[in-house]
Amino acid sequence: MNPALATVAALTMRFGASGPPALDALTAEIPAGMVTGLIGPDGAGKTTCIRLLAGLLHPTRGTLTVLGRDPVTQADAIHARIGYMPQKFGLYEDLSVIENLRLYAAVRNLPDADRAATFARLLGFTGLAPFTTRLAGRLSGGMKQKLGLACAMIRRPELLLLDEPSVGVDPISRRELWRMVRALADDGIGVLWSTSYLDEAEACDHVLLLAAGHLLFDGAPGALTSRVDGRVFQVRGIAGNRRAVLRRALGQKGILDGVIQGRHVRLVAAKDAPPIDLEALKAGPEAALVAVPPRFEDAFLDILGGGPGGVSALARQMEPKTPRRTAVVEARNLTKRFGAFTAARDISFAIRQGEIFGLLGPNGAGKSTTFKMMCGLLKPSAGQALVDGLALGKSPGAARARIGYMSQKFSLYGTLSCRQNLEFFSGIYGLAGARRKAAIEGMIDIFALGPHLAASADTLPLGFKQRLALACAVMHEPAVLFLDEPTSGVDPITRREFWTHINGMVERGVTIMITTHFMDEAEYCDRIALVYRGAVIAIGSPDALKDEARTPETPDPSLEEAFIALVARSDREEPPGAAA
Amino acid sequence: MSAPSLRRLRAIMAKESLQIVRDPSSILIGLILPVFLTLLSGYSTNLDIEHIAIGLALEDHSPAARDLAASFTATKYFDVRQGGDRREFTDALTRGDLYGLVVIPQTFSRDLARADVTVPFQVIADGSVPNTATFLQNYAMGVWQAWMERRARERGASATEPVRLAPRTWYNQELVSLNSLLPGGMAINLTLIGALLTALVVAREWERGTMEAMLATPVGRFEMLLGKLLPYFLLGMMAMFLCLGITLAVFHVPFRGSTFALAVVSSVFMLSALGLGLLISSLSNSQFVASQAAIITAFLPAYFLSGYVFEPSSMPLPVEWLSRCIAARYYVSCLKTLFLVGDAWGLLMPNMAGMAAIAAVMFALTLKNSSRTLS
Repeated sequence: MNPALATVAALTMRFGASGPPALDALTAEIPAGMVTGLIGPDGAGKTTCIRLLAGLLHPTRGTLTVLGRDPVTQADAIHARIGYMPQKFGLYEDLSVIENLRLYAAVRNLPDADRAATFARLLGFTGLAPFTTRLAGRLSGGMKQKLGLACAMIRRPELLLLDEPSVGVDPISRRELWRMVRALADDGIGVLWSTSYLDEAEACDHVLLLAAGHLLFDGAPGALTSRVDGRVFQVRGIAGNRRAVLRRALGQKGILDGVIQGRHVRLVAAKDAPPIDLEALKAGPEAALVAVPPRFEDAFLDILGGGPGGVSALARQMEPKTPRRTAVVEARNLTKRFGAFTAARDISFAIRQGEIFGLLGPNGAGKSTTFKMMCGLLKPSAGQALVDGLALGKSPGAARARIGYMSQKFSLYGTLSCRQNLEFFSGIYGLAGARRKAAIEGMIDIFALGPHLAASADTLPLGFKQRLALACAVMHEPAVLFLDEPTSGVDPITRREFWTHINGMVERGVTIMITTHFMDEAEYCDRIALVYRGAVIAIGSPDALKDEARTPETPDPSLEEAFIALVARSDREEPPGAAA
Repeated sequence: MSAPSLRRLRAIMAKESLQIVRDPSSILIGLILPVFLTLLSGYSTNLDIEHIAIGLALEDHSPAARDLAASFTATKYFDVRQGGDRREFTDALTRGDLYGLVVIPQTFSRDLARADVTVPFQVIADGSVPNTATFLQNYAMGVWQAWMERRARERGASATEPVRLAPRTWYNQELVSLNSLLPGGMAINLTLIGALLTALVVAREWERGTMEAMLATPVGRFEMLLGKLLPYFLLGMMAMFLCLGITLAVFHVPFRGSTFALAVVSSVFMLSALGLGLLISSLSNSQFVASQAAIITAFLPAYFLSGYVFEPSSMPLPVEWLSRCIAARYYVSCLKTLFLVGDAWGLLMPNMAGMAAIAAVMFALTLKNSSRTLS
């Protein structure tokens, strides 16, 4: 491995006297000329670790050396030689691109003589040259991220610390950022990249895997992945319901983890487990078990001892919905204009009962606008949104009673306790008396909220926040559930538990509409609408979208590759105007 | 800490200036609020009362009684509704349409001649509005005394009073309350504006995550604070001159000092007001909390303790001491001096020293609270 730029030894950080430490006895090195991934779910201690390295926090115990100096006593000397991009990118949104660069150039003491050349190089590198006078606040998420990187890069740092640079950024921008960071590492800079996306780990040279403040793995990502070599399979050629196949598989002894991947089901077997019993999965006569190369996430689940089971207690206690022949959710020529800007143009689709329908698209493509019109949060400029046959515009009250809604921010009242949130949401959805009491007790039981009932929602661990938000959204047994990036920042195990509930509810006839940036979650969808520049550019099952993007160069595209190819194709067919 | 650099300071100042120009709330606080507050205080805080609505029951029809009634009607202090019987006014008084009633009874001309009756008429005032009631009584007595004097003169006799009081007021000869209230009000308004201007600026950087990025650069806290202070200082001084312009142009308050002295005194005051805002901002990490704190900690103490309306010298001793911690108290005193007296440096200097001391404390506390780490 290359020489270390930073070393930490037995590093422990506590906030407050009680509770577990945010970082517990971490010992690791960050080498030069490599991308080191600081990987872990939310709350693993990634941000704490980066802030300690940047000298912005002082450790409770342990030693740190960054570029040969101590961040506690010599922070200034370190600040002059590192680049640091915090979450939210550290940009002044009311300053333009070039004004942000000028500010960072001055505060980082870039000599005036070097300024023009540095700006030209960074603007070219990030592709921001055409947008120098645009205010940072008006840039898309991906462009903000690139500008943030440019500002951190002004003095060509020896060590670059990036705190979750890819959160909320679409797959296309994420790829471009990776290309840039890779170039920096090749140039000899040490990069520390923190992320909760496990698929990004595979692109790193070196990985530090954190969970709840503990270092679980330190080494090349391939070394971790090889743990599960020969234990990962896909069930292909499934006839019938793949969700039921997954449920049965997760119930089988010796299967650690399982997810849906388009029309296939991916399974990870435990070490020394008996062979998977394909017959018991009832996947149909054509079904076959195919060994596939392992992913980082498979190995991560293996280290943690596997995912949750496949049976949803939530779904089991739900009344099955009366079957309906017609579409449960329908968009008819939805259009939304904000002034001169058309955020969504003539969008139509129909969702059948018991279908999981995904809305995907780059940041600012009109995905959220469409989503908000569908659940009645935004009034369309033209067109109609229907839920259960009811127009949201005409009978909003009746239509909304059939909707459950859960957003990225978990739409909880932060200052109310867990129980008070449950009581409040059951009240506004019109539950009363014994039914209300039973619903609340049921949710507490299913989501294991018991120990947290008195805690205010703001102080709950993220995983519990997400559970509580889901509980609040489904207590009234809605016919349709709208999920807006429901698993952002949540660890893989909690996400699997979440999907177990979703799959269970779908089998009971609940209809789901979801937006997500996680491509592996998009694989759970029955159909996906890809939204780009305000319009639906492709619609179909995950596998149909992959087929559409199939070329001789990429004979077997992943969903992410399909997404990127379809967006690129749309750009070729209709080049973006100056306004885009 | 690395050595302070002029270049970094300039960069922070340029950044803050751009943010001021682009942020509607800074412009609102710095340029619109002063106009609004000055107009509001000018029109609302007038303590001189004119046109008090009263009833006049003229029950005596002698020439002397009619002449006295005419005196009441003629003065601008009263809007008189005249009648022949006091009972006509009972309802209007109860409803509050009238603030009082002057009764010139049938016995008026008879009592006027008698030596043992000093005032042969009656004044009834609405005690539920004490301030107006007092004015009414005093004005009524004034009308009466003026009438008596004129009557005595017309009869060729000298005034009966043995001693004659001839009051003279210095500095505010017309005793127009606005002339002393508006300069004081300007101090209150600028306290609020100064604190609001800077209360949001540090909190905003925490909220938007830019402070964290800045902390990881070589920028020192001194550069950061000074770079923020100077642009807002200029905006605050603009607000001060706006207040001055409106006070002079709209309310015609005399200004006897020099613009130079006002600028010097106001500069010192502005540092203390902005310093309070910065301190609030460095203590709270949310803009909402900061703005609430600015209104409560800047405006309220300044209002009650500055001597703008209530004289500190008539407060209980501990409260009077407390008022010495309020920069607005010194500024009110300076402004009254500048508006009503002139450039009395002997009076201005000690007050400026008081404001400078408060500003120094604010900045010291702010520096102390501006951490270089996040914990």
